[in-house]
Order: sequence, then structure tokens, then C-alpha cells
Amino acid sequence: MEDRTKIKISELNLSIGKQQILKDINLEIPEKKITVILGPSGCGKTTLLKSLNRLTDLYPEMKVSGNILIDDDDILHTNKDITLLRQKMGLLSQRPYPLPMNIYNNVAFGLRISGRKKRQFLDKRVEHYLKQANLWDEVKDRLKDPASALSIGQQQRLCLARGLAVDPEIILADEPTSALDPISSEVIEKKFVELKQQYTIVMVTHVLRQARRIADYVVFMYLGEIIEQGTASEVFEYPKQEMTKQYLKGSFN
Amino acid sequence: MNYKSFQSKDVFRCFKVKRHLRSKLHTTWMVIALMIVILLPIFLGIGLYVKSAMLLREQSLFELLFSSDWRPLAGKFGFLTFIISSLWVTVISLLIAGPICLLTSIHLTQYAKNWVLKVMHPVIDILAGIPSVIFGVWGILIIVPFISDYLAPLLGKQSSGYSILAGGIVLAVMIIPFILNILIDVFRTLPDELKEASLSLGTTKWQTIKLVLVRKAFPGIISAFGLGVSRAFGETIAVLMVVGNVTTIPKGLFQPGYPLPALIANNYGEMLSIPLYDSALMLAALVLFVVVMLFNLGSRYAITRIEEME
Amino acid sequence: MLMFLSTSIIVISLTLIIVSILYKGLPSLTWEMISQTPKGGFYFGKEGGILNAIIGSLYLALASTSLALVIGLPVALMMNVHLIKHKKLVNGIRFLLDLLWGVPSIVYGAFGFSIMIYFGLKTSLLAGILTVTLFIIPIMVRGMDEVLKTIPRGMLESSMSLGATSSEISYRVYLRQAIPGLVTAILLSFGRGIGDAASVLFTTGYTDHIPTALNQPTATLPLAIFFQLSSPIPEVQERAYASALVLTIIILAISILTRFFSKKYQKNRIKQ
Repeated sequence: MEDRTKIKISELNLSIGKQQILKDINLEIPEKKITVILGPSGCGKTTLLKSLNRLTDLYPEMKVSGNILIDDDDILHTNKDITLLRQKMGLLSQRPYPLPMNIYNNVAFGLRISGRKKRQFLDKRVEHYLKQANLWDEVKDRLKDPASALSIGQQQRLCLARGLAVDPEIILADEPTSALDPISSEVIEKKFVELKQQYTIVMVTHVLRQARRIADYVVFMYLGEIIEQGTASEVFEYPKQEMTKQYLKGSFN
Repeated sequence: MNYKSFQSKDVFRCFKVKRHLRSKLHTTWMVIALMIVILLPIFLGIGLYVKSAMLLREQSLFELLFSSDWRPLAGKFGFLTFIISSLWVTVISLLIAGPICLLTSIHLTQYAKNWVLKVMHPVIDILAGIPSVIFGVWGILIIVPFISDYLAPLLGKQSSGYSILAGGIVLAVMIIPFILNILIDVFRTLPDELKEASLSLGTTKWQTIKLVLVRKAFPGIISAFGLGVSRAFGETIAVLMVVGNVTTIPKGLFQPGYPLPALIANNYGEMLSIPLYDSALMLAALVLFVVVMLFNLGSRYAITRIEEME
Repeated sequence: MLMFLSTSIIVISLTLIIVSILYKGLPSLTWEMISQTPKGGFYFGKEGGILNAIIGSLYLALASTSLALVIGLPVALMMNVHLIKHKKLVNGIRFLLDLLWGVPSIVYGAFGFSIMIYFGLKTSLLAGILTVTLFIIPIMVRGMDEVLKTIPRGMLESSMSLGATSSEISYRVYLRQAIPGLVTAILLSFGRGIGDAASVLFTTGYTDHIPTALNQPTATLPLAIFFQLSSPIPEVQERAYASALVLTIIILAISILTRFFSKKYQKNRIKQ
């Protein structure tokens, strides 16, 4: 059964000054699956992820060319409001960045800026998303506490709840468990597997075992190029490229 | 559960418009405010220049700056006396403040225990916040009598206390927190490896500081001093209160002087009654503006060059 | 060692300043002084107080700080959020601000004065407010920028990913995150505004009354000190010291408040 494509990247090139970070990226990311982007540090995977919601706009020196189509909308050349497009995606970064507010308001932020004000509505939604992120039980009695009081694992789950609250279709995760302890990491991984029923998940990681655990699709990158891509079983069991084989063996330098 | 389906499309669209209108308004005001800030120095410069233009039409800038003939009633506006006074007080203040700041910053960053730093921090901040009138009052209370009753007789001179020296001392204390903060930053950002490398070659701590660290920090030190100078040059009230305000070129430390800012401050009342006087005072302000700007520019430029090299 | 000596010199100077003002000023600091305006003969040593100057200075400093805030905060936020992409522009603005920051207050005073003359205005509270505002804008923006600069980019990226506009990020996230630092910048600017004499010398005039309208000349504390000190009458000079004490107390209070805000546990601020 062919999976539907959610994101189609064609001929994406990205460079800073003379250095080219991404070379001729052609990639199709399937809907409602976990796509993992793998590779050694510095291969450009985080940049690729960030270009998906145009966070690359923040970096002036970056020159981008190519197309990124999300549901037939080319986000690189669109007339539509970029802030709305960004709400189609939620970002989970390496280090959790809770907003300088209490727990409740962190989750409600996305809702509030979209104009939702009614207290009851927000209450229900906040509870819903906190439950989705497996955080509700731990914080339900202290929703007004500052977000900074949470442990780092809890903060990351809070960021997840916050990101889900804007009702995205895609979740972008940049090494979301690298700052967390093993237990919190496991919680996040389990969450992703549940969430893929509703959301398309694109995750960057450099931990091979994590990829093996949860990936449906795998993209292997090196020095800004895609070396190999395919379903998890294809890439992990029958890798075609030499570099892929070496990386999987752990003998990559 | 997609909550968007609950929301009536019109209400949603209306809010979208409101939200973007609000953001647009904020951004527009930000741009206007930015324009105000950027245009400020330009307007300052132009305004002062326009006012000084009248005088400049009649006499050349060279004459004005290098003549010490100051008789406004006769139309003579030689600024030299005031410029020299300004130079005197500024140099003295730097001679006093410079070594003190250098030594203290080295002390604080290399030697001192933590509690000393903790105490000095508020001391420096408070000193930096004291208004110049208060420094002036202190100058009159303590420094002036000190000079007239102790220091001058000690050196065999006569002085009322209202002197260049008094101005220099008061100025020195005023610019100390300023220079000190910069120097502390400069020394703090020196890489530890430099110190370690030097020490492992067998030098003593003091030698390391003198030969290595200070050399590396030299541009930073110069720019800190430069900024201190620009501050000192423009300081008005405190100096005015202790310097004597006598229109002659001071021949010694214990004699009174009349720096440029004091000139402007003291005579604004007569500005309009004597022809060209207002132009002259505006020219004095313009000179101040330009000199301070140049020093600032030079010092800041030096700092950015250092930062680039890092 | 020599160095310890130099450090002590600084500490000693500060204590000397405060102690001497206290010593000379306290005896003459009566309740009258701070609660009454000058009555007839005040300048000859008779009754009255400096309430006119205290209130005048407070009005002036509050108004200019507010005005500077309205102009300065958006600029500082803009530099760190909207313009984060344009590094060169922002650095240029920072450079410009540093230059402005060093301009002596008397230059602003002279400038303000010439503007006043040009428009035919007389010395007034309004002229003073405008001049002092111009003077403290660079101080405030610089102070705020220093704080906003330290907010990590990840915060910006997370907020952007939630679909917030730059203005929303500025006011709802950055402002909140940096509140203690911003308040410090505001307090410092207020302190500069209330204590500066050169900028108000030409522009605000002096009067014995508490100002009731913007176009009236206003007395200010620094000038009150200065004028009283220049008087030949000893009682008036004593009063000058008392006035200096009042100003010093205000400034010290601001310093303490500033330290308090910097250290205060920032409830909603994220520690990185």
C-alpha cells in the first residue's frame, strides 16, 4: 500500500556564504508515519528540519533554493501568511524552551494567539493536550506554577503539549530526547509511536538505537546529501550504499 | 477532535484580521520609534551646526579655536582658554583615574576573593549613579578645602581651592566606575589559557599580568581610557562647581580654570542679549559634541576590532 | 599591596561622599524642607522648603522616563526579535546607540534650548521633559538591549514554531522573560533623569511654585542644590546640603530597588 506523501521536498539547496549545507535534497515524507533523519553530526539534518517550518528565515546569511511542498503548498514561495503555515507544524527542540509563564499558559499560548479566550474552552483543551503528552497527572494540581519549576523531562513533555495545542498536522522533532534521562526519553518515544496515528512525525536523531526502535521511514544523510532513504526495514536490513552499511555497523568516522 | 470545526468561520476570520492589525500596528510604531532614535544624533548635529553657522560666517573656525581673546561684548570669541582648561582637567582626571582603575581591575579579576567582588559591585554601581551635582557638593565640601588648606601650602603654593586640580580630582572619581566596568570586562574575557601558558613558562603571577595579560588587553585598556576621556570632557556641573570659572589660561594645578561645558552652562542667560553670543555658545556645544563623538567612535571602533580578532 | 590600596581608594571615596553629605545635610533636613514650597524670604534664610523642586523633579523624571519607555522599549524589542535576521543593521544601531550614550547632557540641553528658541517657547516643564527624554533614550535602549540580547535563540524558535507573529513574540514572550532586567534599565534611566542638571538648566527654568501645567517653568532638585549653594547666606548654603541629601537618598533608594529587582527570584523567568 502506497503511503500518501505529506511533505515533498525537491531540489532543495541551502548555503551559508560559500559553504553549502544542503545539496540537492529530494525527499518525500509520508503521512502519519515516523520518518527519522539519521546521520553523523554536522551532516545538515537539523538544518533540513528547520527549513521545513522556515526557521531558517532567522539566519540571514542562508540562501535557500528549491521547493518544499506541504499538501501542495510550496512554503518557500508562498503568498500565504507564514505564521499560519508554521502552525501546521509543531517543533520539539533539543533543549526544552518553556515559555516564561505558568504551566497552564504555556499550553494555552498557541490557543490564545489564535483568538480563543473562553475560560472553559481553554481549560478543556489544556487538559486534553497535557493528557496527550502524559503530563496531566503530574501537574493537574499545580497548573499555575511556573513552567521553570518542572524537571527537564517534564518540560519537554510540556513543550510537546504546547506544540500539539496549535493543532498541527506535522511534528518536527530535533533530537528531542538528547537532553533527557532514559526514563523520560522512553516516555517521549512511546508518545511518538502513539501520536503517529494522528500526526506526521519527522525526527532527527543521531542515536541509531532510537531510530531502530521507532522509525517507519529512514533518511540517511552525510555532509548535506541524502545517501539513502527508504522504509526502516529496507535501510536497516538491506542497506544499498556502502556508507550506510558502515554507519549502521557503528564504524563510521 | 478538531476544534476548528466548532468555530464559526466568520468570527475566526474576524479575529485573524484583528490579530494581524494589532501586530501591524505594533510593528509600525516600532519602526517609527526606531526612526526617531536613528535620526536623533543627526538632528543634534544639524541643529547645533545651524545655530553656530552665524558665527562661523564671520570668523573662521581656526581663529575661534585658537584665540584666547574672549570678550563677547566686543565680538571676540576666542575659545582657546576654555579648550585648554578642559584639556587640563580631563588629563588630570585620567592621570588619577587611569592607574587606579587599572590596578583595581587587575586586583578584582586576578587576585581578589569573591566577597571583595561582591562588595565592589554595588559600590561601583552606586558611584556610577550619583548625579553630578552631588559630586560637585562633595567637591566643595571636601576637595576644595583640602586643596586650599592642606595640599597647596604643603607645596608652597597659595590657592583658594577652586582649581584645575579640584576639577580633575572630582572628575576622576566620576569617571572611575565607568572605566572600571569596562576594564573588568576586558580582563574577564581574557582566556585562562593565556595565563596558564605563561605561568607554566615559569613566570610569577605579577610578571604574567604585567607582560602578558596587560599586553593582550592593551587595546581594551586604551579604549576604556578613551571612553573615560570622552566622559570627562563633557561633564558639566560637578566641574563647574569646583573649578573657579575664571577666564584666564591656568598656569598651574592650583589655579582656577574654565572648561568648555562650564562656559556654556554659566552664560546661557546672556545668550540672547549679546549679538552672536548664542551662536558662540552653540558652537562650543558643537565642538563638545564632535570631540566626544570622535573619542567615542575611536574607542568603540577599537573595541569592535578586538572582538573581531577573538 | 598597591592594588588593594587602589581598590580601597574607591571604596573610601564613595563612603566619603555619602558620609559628608549626610553629615552636612542631616542637621538642616527638617520636615519643613521637604513639605513646603519656598515662602517669602526663603532665599534669604527664612521659611519654606524645597517641595517645589522635589515635585518638579519627580514630575519631570516620571514623564521623561515614561516617554523614553514608549519609544525605547519597542526599539530594543525590535532589535532582538524582528530584526534578528539583519545582524549588520542591528549592530549598526547598537553602535549608534553607544555613540549617543556618550553625548554629554549639556549638549542635549543646548540643543533643547535652541529648539525652544526656534519655536518661541519659554522655559517650561514640557521643554525639560522633551530634552531629558532625548537624553535618556540611549541609556534605556542600551540597558534593555543588553538584557534582551541574552535570551537564547531557542526561545525565539519555539515561539515562532507556535505560529506567533514577531510582535506577539516581542511583547508576550521576550518582555515577560526579561522583566527584571527591563525594570532595572527603567530605574537607572529614571535615576539619570532626576539627577541631571545640565539638561534642565536651560530648558526648565526655575520657580517657587509646584508646576500645574506643562508650559510653566519648573524647579528641579539638582538646580535647587546648585542655586542654594551659590548663595552667600550660610543658612541657605546649609539648606543646599540638605537638598543634596534628599537627592542622594532618592538615588540610593533607586540603587537598592535596582539590586532588589535583579536578584529577585523571577517567578516566570526560565533559567537556562
